[in-house]
Amino acid sequence: MRNNVLVRIYRFYLDGFRSMTLGRTLWVLILVKLFVMFVILKLFFFPDFLGRAGDDAGKADYVANELVERME
Amino acid sequence: MVENISGSLIDWSRAQFALTAAYHWLFVPLTLGLAVVMGLMETVYYKTGDEKWKRTARFWMKLFGINFAVGVATGLILEFQFGTNWSNYSWFVGDIFGAPLAIEGIVAFFMEATFIAVMFFGWNKVSRGFHLASTWLTGLGATISAWWILVANSWMQDPVGMVFNPDTMRNEMVDFWAVATSDTAVVKFLHTVLSGWVLGAVFVVGVSCWFLWKRRDKAFAVRSIKVAASVGLVAALLLAWTGDSSAYNVAKTQPMKLAAIEGLYEGGNGIGLVGVGVLNPSKERWDDGEDAFLMKMEIPRMLSLLATRDMDGYVPGIGDIIRGGYQLPDGTTALSAQEKIERGRSAIASLADYRRLRAEGDTAAASAARAELMEDMPYFGYGYLSAPGETVPPVGINFYSFRVMVILGGYFIAFFAVVLFLAFKRDISRFRWLHVVALVTIPLGYIATQTGWIVAEVGRQPWTIQDLLPVGAAVSGLEVGSVRTTFFIFAILFTVLLIAEIGIMLREIRRGPEQAASDVSNDKKA
Repeated sequence: MRNNVLVRIYRFYLDGFRSMTLGRTLWVLILVKLFVMFVILKLFFFPDFLGRAGDDAGKADYVANELVERME
Repeated sequence: MVENISGSLIDWSRAQFALTAAYHWLFVPLTLGLAVVMGLMETVYYKTGDEKWKRTARFWMKLFGINFAVGVATGLILEFQFGTNWSNYSWFVGDIFGAPLAIEGIVAFFMEATFIAVMFFGWNKVSRGFHLASTWLTGLGATISAWWILVANSWMQDPVGMVFNPDTMRNEMVDFWAVATSDTAVVKFLHTVLSGWVLGAVFVVGVSCWFLWKRRDKAFAVRSIKVAASVGLVAALLLAWTGDSSAYNVAKTQPMKLAAIEGLYEGGNGIGLVGVGVLNPSKERWDDGEDAFLMKMEIPRMLSLLATRDMDGYVPGIGDIIRGGYQLPDGTTALSAQEKIERGRSAIASLADYRRLRAEGDTAAASAARAELMEDMPYFGYGYLSAPGETVPPVGINFYSFRVMVILGGYFIAFFAVVLFLAFKRDISRFRWLHVVALVTIPLGYIATQTGWIVAEVGRQPWTIQDLLPVGAAVSGLEVGSVRTTFFIFAILFTVLLIAEIGIMLREIRRGPEQAASDVSNDKKA
């Protein structure tokens, strides 16, 4: 019974995607955009500043130093 | 102060965020507005079973889908930028910002993602009632999504419901409902979502008038105009009401923003509202003695009424806020900007002392330093400013943006009223001038929503978090060149996306709605 529901949902989506016309162009657009955002921009242009500071205590120290030094 | 961070880095980081947000906000309001219009159209189809309403709803749904597909995930870049360009801010806000965004991501996004599939794939596969529910739930998902994003933004404008923890260096939420339902959040949500409805209505009326201009699909166009203009008129009227609430709230929580919006350098009782004015470009500082305006036309005592609900109420100007000494609504006396700067510096020094003493194991002294920090914490961000004049946001862009938004808001009310009258009482297809006006009104809808955000965001400068963290302290220590490079990458990426969207939309609009024999025959008769 449960399988039937899952199969019906699967077929619902499959038929939907198969019958797309304009939707295919939009999916190409979405995939290109996600590739640019997650692969190119995320990997090459977004340095993980806080990630370099280690664990949460390290991050707190990093931000505390930043905030104190910015005034001095 | 913020002496070791260049102005150029702050400016480029702000420009990059502004560019991303502005592009993102081209897509979102149309999604919100079209969701309501097509939901109503499908509701009529559900009630009447009349296939022409189904075809009408499906046409606008197609344009909704294009806009949704192109716009989806542009907001993700904003979230990247919080972590990379504004890393100090990201950590400092803690779970206050994270919780609403997480709820937005989990609840709203999945709701949208689930039901949008049923909406597009489910015609003739699920019952009419379930399909209608899916259409409305898709729109509701987008609206709930907007709610949580705006809760996060409102907290930056009016930080409530949290306590700063100097051990973790994060603001920790102590009252979820204070954050989620603050006056600022409620007003901002209503005002912003309604502006999306107006834009959606303007878009549908404008595109429908193009069909009338081209003398095609008349019955479809008139049906669409009647629904959209009804939504538009109701939304535009409510927008005026929420705009008033918004101004009242800003007067309480961000008086400097209100003063900048009004170009009000010296306040007082019974202050008038500048309806139309030209700022004096020679005025460069709040205390240079130059007149603020070359000319202005005021509505007497209106600003006092809007800001305090009393025609003789006191509204502080930029100079008053900087000098302080006036009585606040809670009966206390306003501190001067210089006093706030001193207390902010004291707070930052106490923070440094606390963390050093705690590391050294001097518990008693650390506890005293912490108590001093908490006393001065409301002014923490002022410690990064070197002079009182730095608390003043750019006056010109706020003053003019606000007037453009308000004047367009008034225009939309008149526009929808005329359109509705002609659609219901006359043959709107004969009014060729109106078709041109409706097309021109589409970009005006975008200008109105963009200027609204300019007022909201530029008006709160120099703060990322009001009074607690200025942009100079919030920004990451990136290379200026890196930020500049990514700015241009984003500019190109977003522009390509926008051109793609406009191209696909125009192609689908030219194709027009699905035709039925009865529609063609009706149009020929018309």
